[in-house]
Amino acid sequence: MAERIEVLKTYKTYVGGKFPRSESDRTYSVNDSKGRHIANACRCTRKDIRDAALAARSAFGGWSERSAYNRGQILYRIAEMLEGRKSQFAGELELFGTKSKIAVDEVERSIDRLIYFAGWTDKISQVFGTVNPVASSHFNFSVPEPTGVVGIIAPDTSPLLSTVSLIAPVIAGGNTSILLAPEKNPLAAVSFGEVLHASDVPGGVVNILTGFRSEMADTLSSHMDVNAILNAVDNVELKKLVDENASISVKRVFHYPSKNWNEDRQENPYLVQQFMETKTTWHPVGD
Amino acid sequence: MPEHAEETPIKETNNGSPKPTSPNSDLKLDFASFWEYSSAPESSDNVEILERYGHFIDGKFVDPEKGRYMKSINPATEEILTEFAEGTSEDVDKAVKAARKAYEKTWSKLSGKERGKYIFRLARMIQERSRELAITETLDGGKPIRESRDVDVPLAAAHFFYYAGWADKLTYAFPGRTPHPLGVCGQIIPWNFPLLMLAWKIAPALATGNTVVLKPAESTPVTALKFAEICRDAGLPNGVVNIVTGAGLTGSEIVNHPGVDKIAFTGSTAVGKIIQKSLAGTGKKCTLELGGKGPNIVFEDAPIDQTVEGIVNAIFFNQGHVCCAGSRLLVQEGIAERLIRKLKDRMETLIVGDPLDKNTDIGAINSRAQYDRINKYLEIGVNEGAEMYQSSGNIPEKGFFCRPTIFNNVSQSNTIVQEEIFGPVLTIQTFRTPQEAIEKANNTPYGLAGGVWTDKGSKIFKTGQQIRSGVIWSNTYNKFDPTSPFGGFKESGMGREGGLHGLYPYVNLSF
Repeated sequence: MAERIEVLKTYKTYVGGKFPRSESDRTYSVNDSKGRHIANACRCTRKDIRDAALAARSAFGGWSERSAYNRGQILYRIAEMLEGRKSQFAGELELFGTKSKIAVDEVERSIDRLIYFAGWTDKISQVFGTVNPVASSHFNFSVPEPTGVVGIIAPDTSPLLSTVSLIAPVIAGGNTSILLAPEKNPLAAVSFGEVLHASDVPGGVVNILTGFRSEMADTLSSHMDVNAILNAVDNVELKKLVDENASISVKRVFHYPSKNWNEDRQENPYLVQQFMETKTTWHPVGD
Repeated sequence: MPEHAEETPIKETNNGSPKPTSPNSDLKLDFASFWEYSSAPESSDNVEILERYGHFIDGKFVDPEKGRYMKSINPATEEILTEFAEGTSEDVDKAVKAARKAYEKTWSKLSGKERGKYIFRLARMIQERSRELAITETLDGGKPIRESRDVDVPLAAAHFFYYAGWADKLTYAFPGRTPHPLGVCGQIIPWNFPLLMLAWKIAPALATGNTVVLKPAESTPVTALKFAEICRDAGLPNGVVNIVTGAGLTGSEIVNHPGVDKIAFTGSTAVGKIIQKSLAGTGKKCTLELGGKGPNIVFEDAPIDQTVEGIVNAIFFNQGHVCCAGSRLLVQEGIAERLIRKLKDRMETLIVGDPLDKNTDIGAINSRAQYDRINKYLEIGVNEGAEMYQSSGNIPEKGFFCRPTIFNNVSQSNTIVQEEIFGPVLTIQTFRTPQEAIEKANNTPYGLAGGVWTDKGSKIFKTGQQIRSGVIWSNTYNKFDPTSPFGGFKESGMGREGGLHGLYPYVNLSF
């Protein structure tokens, strides 16, 4: 019997719940650690970022108004879907040159991380909210509410685990997001979009773009309808660019480079809290 | 004398059913025709304001290195109140070094308990000198004595009292984390609530173990300098609190000084953006409390007389020099005409005049610059086709005074609806559905505060959830408390001041 020819996958982007190519029709070659071609990925442009920002903004109202319980179940569902596709993701990481055992470990940690943050959705306002004993006759309470649209710049290390670790706390709090996928190996991030799509995550809550940070970070961080930036790339010029652009519309910026995405400390509620705004409500108490 | 008596009391409807109101609810009490208010000025005789103040650095008042001074005037009389030092890079450098030394040598070595005791002392000494501070605030900034006496000064003392108590309890504030102070904090405050903003900045910074260099606004430096006297008298270790006076250039010296670990700024969004930009890439922490264009939403079922009081408090409190002012009234169509009529009646009773007079409702505009700015907006409003109404009472000839003003017939795109005026100027828009109200409410770059007026609890929560702002006042407005976090969404800033959340901007958290 003749050898079967493998069907290769076209890696596209994930925007507004759909899988479009870059509007520019440009691609770049994704290579493995030995420099061999693995796949072509979309080389997104500022127009793609604007489309993604529009999708993220449109999805914000619905997502932020879902019950925390519902958001928790959806995050849990993402983990379930990922569990079922473990071998696919391990394979994609191996393509890049990651050793099999390490690849499986990365996928399993990603699944567990999703479950960790799924559990925070309906606890965060209990841990970080307050009832404030004001000195006048008012009832006064403070609760965290999502900041809005968060732009995420993913690093090249642990491409699946870092992607998951950055997205999960952001959407757990009710934000929507635009992810610039790991530049060197965006394949796992793109496939993660398919998992999201199959997990009842409403379109636009997570948008995943591939391409060059040098071409996209500027537009993402200066976009007027992006409320915050989570940057996990440890690069002095990039950080300064993001900081400067953020000032155009008073964006919140968190630089969160990590050398080791495996650490337990990656699982903590402050990652959720930092993309939430405290809202304080007053009401008179009386007859 | 009753006016509008020709109307039937049960006229307005709510969802088709008549809403019972008091038969007298449309009557207007007209005291002014019967009585004139006698003047009731607070005496400023025993308040000593020096002819000239230096900076307060390392526990002492010192002359500015370059020897330059600026003048602070009383905006109600346009007379010079005092002179104060203009801070240069040399002065700022000296202050930052003093703060660093104090941080390393004394303040960070003290236990939380002892730190707290110093801060309690500050709270008490503000209370002891409250009358003097209130009068000074009114002389320097033009705000009515009733407000400085009943709001600014007591709240400032309460703020120190609240945060003093946190100093030895910080480990309970951050679940699973250990807090550490940042070091030297540079703090820049505005002129609308000079002493209160100082308290909002200094109290949490000291409680968490930081030292500070604070710059008050150039039109209202005096209470900060009196607070410096309090720090000295309280025996606060030298250099823990440093006050450097001056204008924007002095502020930028603080922002850009490499020895400062954190910047906290309250002021305009435009300046906040410049500060955020100049801190790019430095890794310095930053909190911003910036401008606002607060929507004040009135539904048809709101208790109308309470609501009118709330609207007045929302926009005319402190001459409208309030970042969280309810400067955009959004009123449901069915109630609009009656509400606006009652609002106009109420505006007629507001007394604009001598800030030291205890009857005064609206004092002086803080400075000539702000006075000109407000008048420019009034002109823009009229030129863009809005319908201006001002109360008709007398205002003093000297000093900077502005009558309470409302604009009808405005649309969302009008400049006066989009931009922060920071004066006693209210725009009025109407809406039909709650959804329309929310869309209009959220349609500015700001998100600091908003108000909701309705009799219906469920509507309060729904509307409050949908307004994208850091503070929601429901059936009330412009209330403040040290335990209550305050701060903005969107371009109104980042970080919170007040309450437990107000500790976060002043700590690093470790595992």
